[in-house]
Amino acid sequence: MSDITSLTLTELVKNIKDKKISSEETTKAFIDRGEKSRDLNAYITEDFSNALLKAKSFDQKPNFDLKLPGVPMAVKDLFCTKDVKTTAGSKILNNFIPPYESTVTQNIWDVGAILLGKLNCDEFAMGSSNETSFFGNVQSPIDKGLVPGGSSGGSASALAANLTPITIGTDTGGSIRQPASFTGTVGLKPTYGSCSRYGIVAFASSLDQAGPMSKDVKDCALLQEIISTYDEKDSTSIDFKRNEYSKELTNNIKGKKIGVPKEYRVDRMPKEIEDLWTKGIEYAKDCGAEIIEISLPHTNYALPTYYIVAPAEASSNLARYDGVKYGFRSKGENLIDMYEKTRSEGFGSEVQRRIMIGTYVLSSGYYDAYYLKAQKVRKLIKNDFEEAYKKVDAILTPSTPSAAFKIGEKTNDPVSMYLNDIFTVPVNLAGLPAISIPAGVDVKGYPLGLQIIGKAFDEQNILNIAYAMEEKIQFRNKITDWWIK
Amino acid sequence: MTIDLKTIKHISKLSRISVDDAKANKLAGDLNSIFDFIEKLNELNTDNVEPLTSVAETTLKSRADEVKSENIRDQILKNSPDENEDFFVVPRVVE
Repeated sequence: MSDITSLTLTELVKNIKDKKISSEETTKAFIDRGEKSRDLNAYITEDFSNALLKAKSFDQKPNFDLKLPGVPMAVKDLFCTKDVKTTAGSKILNNFIPPYESTVTQNIWDVGAILLGKLNCDEFAMGSSNETSFFGNVQSPIDKGLVPGGSSGGSASALAANLTPITIGTDTGGSIRQPASFTGTVGLKPTYGSCSRYGIVAFASSLDQAGPMSKDVKDCALLQEIISTYDEKDSTSIDFKRNEYSKELTNNIKGKKIGVPKEYRVDRMPKEIEDLWTKGIEYAKDCGAEIIEISLPHTNYALPTYYIVAPAEASSNLARYDGVKYGFRSKGENLIDMYEKTRSEGFGSEVQRRIMIGTYVLSSGYYDAYYLKAQKVRKLIKNDFEEAYKKVDAILTPSTPSAAFKIGEKTNDPVSMYLNDIFTVPVNLAGLPAISIPAGVDVKGYPLGLQIIGKAFDEQNILNIAYAMEEKIQFRNKITDWWIK
Repeated sequence: MTIDLKTIKHISKLSRISVDDAKANKLAGDLNSIFDFIEKLNELNTDNVEPLTSVAETTLKSRADEVKSENIRDQILKNSPDENEDFFVVPRVVE
């Protein structure tokens, strides 16, 4: 058997079920690799000793009927984990220990998985490069000095570097799909309402969704069927019939109609992205799909809309961090002074910038011009997709407008950083599911991803298309372990 | 449209985030470039468009209005930055 940490989740589960390896051996292997990989800065909190105890206790009384029997995994530090520090990458939550568990993580522990630790992310998930975290930027395992993407950058880095067999992230504007694309991994942003938001530190509530990040599409389907449940603790959770996605996974996509939106051919799109997309179209055709040119006329307005809606919701959600009941508190001369200093010292600059944008667009005199306008355009963007889905079953686009960039390259220009999400943001605005799969590399050998966007609640269909295309693409991630001394 | 320093100070007050002059200047620059980008929406006529209120067109479920207390007061107080046995403590608000 090859090294435990390089197995896919499906292979790992099979080996544990066949009693070829124990939970303890598996957990030790991931801990060893995690300890050797601290230069990646993927973890904010390691929970290794507890993980080993849990693995030993699993082995004493194993239950192999569970879907993830004694499988260790690390999760993004945006999910509240009972009695384990949860920071959201922020100084303001640096000492926060949740007295409760998020529904999504609870679903994972309920089927036998074991928490390895909490993974780094952009502060409050606001960022596209994992450079806004209070706990420092994350290194991509792909190359030294390269960003892993964001905001689920620690998750992507840990997964690609084999520190965890699978992981979960959250996606508000591309925070699962963009880092997956940058690190040669698979990332699914489910339909809004598919995975419960209960216990996830809120960024923009009408856009946030949790989702799986994995080494291949089959693993992704398996984790999605575990984390997607109806939850009465989240009022926007939707009660629909959920598939056993991994069991119903098929590579037969003959006759599926796949749309290619002409508006995604953006100005100055690098040739390698253009070529990747063309190649993707060929792969889809090889799988028996029919390609249809479609139009999503309001695509260009998605990012400006997002940069009103998301900060507006964030400014409201983050009002709770006032230094009173939990988290960081600064000394102030009076209550107001305490609030203002706490928030000024506790939030990083990107978070402050977004709170200010959000406060402004919601403030008296500006609400109609900005927020209401954005919600109207959001409707037009959603209508675009509804029109398109009268003709096609799914939509194929690149995941990002470029491969991963260097640490520090875009930190001084917020708008150029925001442009990273140009292909992913429309999906969140319309509440649709979309998956990013690795599909090629750029001239430097850095991974590039293709995105498949589905109809609402049609995760099975995009997983099937991704599964069929993955077989044709045969992508292999080249990880050299350069960070291990 | 430009966002001036006075506006920045006003937003910072509404946001309850203190900013000094250096930070206000930096924020004004950043916000102006972001709003230049956002102004693109004005190209669109949206007079007859209904604003989106929810991406999922489902009616919210109702539930029984029951208290589901887990009695975790001590755990909650443990996260408080300045606690005594029973209360959250804040700077004096009444003279």
